[in-house]
Amino acid sequence: MNNTIRVNCTKKNLKLIRDFVTGYLHTLRLSDILMNQIVLAVDEICANLIIHANHEDPTKYISLAIMEQKDMLKFEITDNGVAFRQSEYKEPDIQEHVRVGKKGGVGIALVNRIMDKVEFETVGNRNICLLYKKIR
Amino acid sequence: MAMKITNEIKDSTIIITLDGELDASSSVVLDEELSDPEIMNFSKILVNCENLHYISSAGLGVFISHLQRFENAQIKLIFFNMQDKVRNVFEILGLDLLMTIVSNYDEAMTIADE
Repeated sequence: MNNTIRVNCTKKNLKLIRDFVTGYLHTLRLSDILMNQIVLAVDEICANLIIHANHEDPTKYISLAIMEQKDMLKFEITDNGVAFRQSEYKEPDIQEHVRVGKKGGVGIALVNRIMDKVEFETVGNRNICLLYKKIR
Repeated sequence: MAMKITNEIKDSTIIITLDGELDASSSVVLDEELSDPEIMNFSKILVNCENLHYISSAGLGVFISHLQRFENAQIKLIFFNMQDKVRNVFEILGLDLLMTIVSNYDEAMTIADE
């Protein structure tokens, strides 16, 4: 089964990516909750790359590859946009978000809480986000 | 369309039924719905999540961003019939402690009338 998908940077393609991940993981018979968490984490990264790193420019692309390593799933998401600076990331204070009515900024917190390991690296003008999730 | 929103009005209560997936693309529609000044005329907003199959941070963000405004106006926001996998996403961020999520419509109406 094909383990990669490449889409251009429009938000409408997020559904396509979620369906691809769901389809690929289907045979693993994960629980509803775990499957949804994994799909969500990938969706959050892709949404950030499409919206923030590539400013929804439809001439730009992001790629996702899914790999199985023993008891681990590995997701590799690449793009050529503005790199995410993990070192500058601060966990959000949700109560403060509610108080000031803030709309964004909780996606990466979800990813960090769902995945076992989250890595960002940049090689030349190519950014790679790696997500790891233990499934057994 | 990824998200269909329907409204039903019963006296001072508006029941918003969500049908589909709330992601970075589709949550804009929900934001417009909750930003409508008319909504401030109700004292209770009940959100039927029975057919809400997915929510991402963008969808959560819409509710987060309106919660305080509703609380300030003493409008109760109550979610009901939420699927376990969707509720789990609220729980990951602790939003289940900041928002009112109940099992079903009857419970939502009881709480709304308190």
